[in-house]
Amino acid sequence: MKTEINQENILEINDLRTSFFVGKNEVKAVDGVTFQVPKGKTLGIVGESGSGKSITSLSILRLIDEPGKIVGGSINFKGEDLTKVSMSRMRQIRGNEISMIFQEPMTSLNPVYTIGQQLREAFKIHQGLGKKEGTKRAIEMLELVGIPSPDKRVNQYPFELSGGMRQRVMIAMALACKPELLIADEPTTALDVTIQAQILELIKELQEEIGMSVIMITHDLGVVAETCDYVAVMYAGNIVEYADVETLFEDPKHPYTVGLLNSLPRHDIEQDELIPIKGNVPAPDEMPTGCRFAPRCPHASEICKTHPELTETKDGNDVRCWIYTPDWDKEEVSVYDK
Amino acid sequence: MTQFIIRRLIQLIPVLIGVTILVFSLMHLTPGNPAVIMAGESAPEATVKAIEARLGLDKPIHIQYFNFISNAVQLDFGNSIRDNIPVFDHIKARFFTTLELSVWAIIFGVFFGLLIGIISAVRRYSLLDVSLMVVALFGLSMPNFWLGLMLIQYFALELRIFKPTGWGSLEQNVLPIITLGTASAAIIARMTRSSMLDVIDQDYIRTARAKGVKERVVIFRHALKNALIPVVTIVGIQFGGLLAGAVLTESVFAINGLGRLIIDSILQRDFPVVQGAILVISVSFVLVNLIVDISYRMLNKRVDLN
Repeated sequence: MKTEINQENILEINDLRTSFFVGKNEVKAVDGVTFQVPKGKTLGIVGESGSGKSITSLSILRLIDEPGKIVGGSINFKGEDLTKVSMSRMRQIRGNEISMIFQEPMTSLNPVYTIGQQLREAFKIHQGLGKKEGTKRAIEMLELVGIPSPDKRVNQYPFELSGGMRQRVMIAMALACKPELLIADEPTTALDVTIQAQILELIKELQEEIGMSVIMITHDLGVVAETCDYVAVMYAGNIVEYADVETLFEDPKHPYTVGLLNSLPRHDIEQDELIPIKGNVPAPDEMPTGCRFAPRCPHASEICKTHPELTETKDGNDVRCWIYTPDWDKEEVSVYDK
Repeated sequence: MTQFIIRRLIQLIPVLIGVTILVFSLMHLTPGNPAVIMAGESAPEATVKAIEARLGLDKPIHIQYFNFISNAVQLDFGNSIRDNIPVFDHIKARFFTTLELSVWAIIFGVFFGLLIGIISAVRRYSLLDVSLMVVALFGLSMPNFWLGLMLIQYFALELRIFKPTGWGSLEQNVLPIITLGTASAAIIARMTRSSMLDVIDQDYIRTARAKGVKERVVIFRHALKNALIPVVTIVGIQFGGLLAGAVLTESVFAINGLGRLIIDSILQRDFPVVQGAILVISVSFVLVNLIVDISYRMLNKRVDLN
C-alpha cells in the first residue's frame, strides 16, 4: 500500500482476526484486517454497526472480553507485536502510549469517583505522581480540553457534568500522558450536533499540539471528511476499501463505499435523491462464503461466490472487489436476486 | 454530611414514637385484662386491683402511655413481675450478649459473603463459581437451628473442638456465630456476585482497563465500590434481622441473650420485661438502619436522601 512507501507508520496491523466463541461456534467478528496508521495522521475506520470496527480497536489494546479472543495476525506498534507482549507491558502501553476514548461519555466514567481522582489515576500509574502533583496536572488537563473553572470541576462527580463535558473529561484522561496513538471509538455519536463539532475540533487541535496519530472509528462519513487523512471502510469483519480521504470521496470504488456515499446527503455535488443500500449486514453465523457484500451488491455475479482479496487499483484505492480485477467478466449477469 | 445526619436523627423521632405506641399497645391488645392474666383467673378482686394500681393500669390510657414514655426515656421500664428486679437490669445484662453475637455474625457474613461473591464474579460460569453458589444456596435454605444442631453434633460432640453451649469464650462463641451468620453470608455472597457481574460489564470498567489499571485494582477499586452500593442495603437489613433473629440460635446454644429473655418472659407473662426488651431491639434496628443510610450516602454521592 502506498502509505508504506513514503510514511513512517506508528501502527501496522496484519491479518488481524478476532473471534467470539459461543459454545462450539466461532463467530468471526474481525476476519483478516490489515491496515497502517502513519505517524501524526488520522485514519478513519468506517462501517455500519456490526462491521467489526469497534472490535478491531479494542483488539489493539487487547481489551476484548471473554468469550472473545484474538485468534491470529499481528499488531505492530513501534516494533512490538501487541498480540505477543506480556500483560504488564500491555498495561504500560494502555493510557500512556496508546489511549482510547469511547462512544458513551455518560457511562464511561466511574460514578463513585471524582473527575480528579480518575484523572490522577493515569498520572499515578504512568508517571508515579502523588496526590498534589496529580491534581495540579489534572486541572491543567481539564483546562486544556476547555472545561470552565477546572479547579472546581476536578472535585465533582461525573453525574454533575453534561454529556459534552464528560466526553471532554474522557479526552483529558486519554491525553493525560501524551499518547502517541489515540483511538477514538465513535467519540461524538452520543452527543448533540453542536457539541460534536466542538469535540472533533478539540481532538484535531490536541493532535497537532501533541503530534499524535489518531484512529477515528465512526459510522458517520461527515466525521471522516472532517477529520481523517486516510479511510478504511469495513464491512462484515473485512476491510473492503482503503484510500486517502480525497480519493475515497471523489472516486469510491467498492460498491459498498459507493452505496454509503449515495445514502449520505451531500452539499458538494448534485443529488436527486438518496439511494439506500438494500438489505442488512449479514448475521455472523450466516456469512456468505464469497464476497460478503454480494447479496446486497447490484453488480454481483458468479465470481463473487469466491472471496476476493484486497488489491491495489491504479487510482490508489485498495479494494476488495472482483470488479477491479482482470478476472471480472462484464457480460456476465448477476446470479443474485436483485 | 453533618447536616444530613442531624436531619436523619430528627426524622427518627416520629419513627420512635410509632415504635413506642406499638410496644405500649402490646399489653393492651392482649385479650383480657393484663392484671387478671398476671394474677391468674381465680385471683381475688383485691389482688387484681392492687396489680392494676402498681402498673398504673387504673389511669386513663393516654396518661399510661405518657408515663410509659417518660419512664422509658430514663431507661426505666418498671420491674419484672417474676422477681421484681428492674427490667433494665435484666435487659442490660443480656443485650450486650445478643449484640456481640449479632455483630460477630454479621462480620462473619460480610467477610465470607464478599469473599465468595467476588471470587464467583471474577471466575464467572466456572466450576468454582457454580460450586460456591450451590454452597451459598444451601446456606440460604438451611434453617439455622438445624445448622446449629448439626454443628453441635459434629464439632462439639464428636470432634470436641468447640463447646456445645454458652457464650463468652472462643470455644463457645464459634459455633453460634457460624450458625447465625451463615444465612447472611449466603445472601450477601449471592448479592455481591450479581452486583459485581453487573458492574464488571459497565463501560467505566473498560475505561479503567484502557487507562492501564491493574486487574486487581480494577476489581477492588473500580468495580467493588460500585457493586457494594446494593450490598450495603442488604447488610443493614440482615443485621437488623440478626438482632431480632438471634432467638433461635440463643435457644439452641442455651445462650442467655435478649432473645431468650423475651421468650421466657412471654411464657411467664412478664409484660414489663417483654415491652422493655422489644423496645430495645426495635430502637437498635432503627439505629442500624440509620447507619446503613449514612454509609450508603458515603458510597454513592448521587443519593440524596432528603
